[in-house]
Amino acid sequence: MSERVITFREAINEALDQEMQENAKVILIGEDIGRYGGIFGVTKRLIDKYGEERVRDAPTAESGFIGAAIGAAMMGYRPVVELMFIDFIGVAFDQIINQAAKIRYMSGGGISVPIVIRTVSGAGFSGGAQHSQSLHSILLHIPGLKVVMPSNPFDAKGLLISSIEDDDPVVFIEHKGLYETRGVVPKEKYSIPLGVADIKKAGKDVTVIATAVMLHKTLSVVEKLREEGISVEVIDPRSLRPLDTETIANSVKKTGRLVVVDESYPRCSFATDIASFIASKYFEYLEAPIKIVTPPDTPVPYSLPLERAWIPNEEKIYDAIKKVIEYKA
Amino acid sequence: MLLSEIPKEKILWMYKTMLLIRKNEEAVEKYYRIGKIPGSLHLYIGEEAVAVGVVANLNREDVITSTHRGHGHFLAKGGSLKKLWAELLGKRTGACKGKGGSMHLFDFENCNLGSNGIVGGGIPHAVGAALSFKLSESKNVAVSFFGEGATNQQNFHEGLNLASIWKLPVIFVCENNQYQISLHYSKQQAIEGVAKRGISYGIPAVEVDGQDVVAVYEVVKRAVERARSREGPTLIEAKTYRFTGHTIDDNELYRNRDEVEWWKKNKDPLAIFERKIIEEKIFGKEVLEKIAEDVEKEIEETIKFAEESPYPEPEELFEDLYSTKTKGTLIWNWE
Repeated sequence: MSERVITFREAINEALDQEMQENAKVILIGEDIGRYGGIFGVTKRLIDKYGEERVRDAPTAESGFIGAAIGAAMMGYRPVVELMFIDFIGVAFDQIINQAAKIRYMSGGGISVPIVIRTVSGAGFSGGAQHSQSLHSILLHIPGLKVVMPSNPFDAKGLLISSIEDDDPVVFIEHKGLYETRGVVPKEKYSIPLGVADIKKAGKDVTVIATAVMLHKTLSVVEKLREEGISVEVIDPRSLRPLDTETIANSVKKTGRLVVVDESYPRCSFATDIASFIASKYFEYLEAPIKIVTPPDTPVPYSLPLERAWIPNEEKIYDAIKKVIEYKA
Repeated sequence: MLLSEIPKEKILWMYKTMLLIRKNEEAVEKYYRIGKIPGSLHLYIGEEAVAVGVVANLNREDVITSTHRGHGHFLAKGGSLKKLWAELLGKRTGACKGKGGSMHLFDFENCNLGSNGIVGGGIPHAVGAALSFKLSESKNVAVSFFGEGATNQQNFHEGLNLASIWKLPVIFVCENNQYQISLHYSKQQAIEGVAKRGISYGIPAVEVDGQDVVAVYEVVKRAVERARSREGPTLIEAKTYRFTGHTIDDNELYRNRDEVEWWKKNKDPLAIFERKIIEEKIFGKEVLEKIAEDVEKEIEETIKFAEESPYPEPEELFEDLYSTKTKGTLIWNWE
């Protein structure tokens, strides 16, 4: 396959382009996704190629256009909706949790809803409390949804292609801190199956599960720990539902220690979910209490030093790993 | 519109379907009262002319979305009575294998994208189905049924706006039965008439007597023609009345009996239609009586079928949630 280095943003654009090229049923709907190219520039130039019928600019009516995408999906289309910020999910939550997620089940398998909701999460840009959240944990609560969260351009392209070709509703979450990151991405179409975690770094002393931007922070900490003689296994789950519990469990069985690093709020969260899953099913393998590294239990603040204190950083990840390594019963 | 302008076969279908909806709801109520149907029930008695007058204009390929009061829409759109009853009883042979229930009836075979337990929830789905028709250049139309309570909900406003700016072949049918559970229509919104709300979205809107199936048929006919010729959406406000409470257990303290009795006596859609059929000499009484007999028999046989149908097995709890197999864990299990 021919490879070159492109950005996370370009990788997603390419996945959309290739899916639209191949299947006329793939359509895009969202605010300012046409000429403007999406406020993060992800849908740039697609309107030139596919026209305004298939790259459909929508008014600020998230419940309406996500609902319309669900209707089109029930009729055999494969709409990819852009929800500008995941923070806005509240205004369309009924359509996502009561409609898209449940229609297949409530209809006894009679109707599928192959919709992808692409959305943006993440703090670090002084967006304040309504433009910076990572709300994926809320979605994980809902049976019927699939939730995908890539951490690099290669995964982003392959996972988005799988998500669009999937017959179930998928929420595809792009961290705004990743758009400019670059990586090797094949030009050709390829897919990465949902539900397969990626061991980003093999290790034997401790398992760290980390998502999106937190994965990069974890990897930078791992180098420092290696110098101290600690071997860390870093796992990127890539899709949070379905979740590759097998890879996670096997890793914990091997290392006996677990740290989960995630940017969503701590309570009832992805981090506590993994922690409780391992604690309740694999307790006998654990040699230390599980640690979670998440933001504090507050909204995302605006002021620079406050926001910096809010976002989990390398130091907190380092401390958590050290604590589980140094734990003595 | 005179009845003679409507094909006889269609009139027969309209009468039979209205009667089926009425008799079925009565049977359902009876069955609920003896404790054989779980959950709650929202009966459609008194509103039959709306579903039937609308669907009389549709083909099987045309889509509808329905409300939590959806038995009538389900049957009018061609849904199987047997599957409806089996679903109400929570049986595996039900329309949704026992996973939907009274408020969540789906019937994709007949392009019924579902009744909806969320007020207004189905409105954008009809808009999306209409979008799919526009994109695929088909002549099909989508109809969304909703009550007047839904017209204060965001999905109504956003759905109408989207349909209008995108010029979609969708017909919004508001069944104004005047009560949002207990709150009278006059206290739900400041302006008089849901139809007026079409103006702010650039959508032609029309008010119709929802107790007169012929009147409903006529206005919807024009709306469907408009939609099929790609002229865009229409909003129809059908003034109607539910003869029963909001749910079957409603004490109805919010309205007086005289009002209910007046509607039953003067505005019963079945009686009005029957009178027209006889007066305009379309069919004689004996034809209508024969239909009534057939309907009663069909319901009786159906109840027997539903009763004898098996319940789903507990393992079926985990089926139908996802359609695409994936590698990781999709359904959580703590054990």
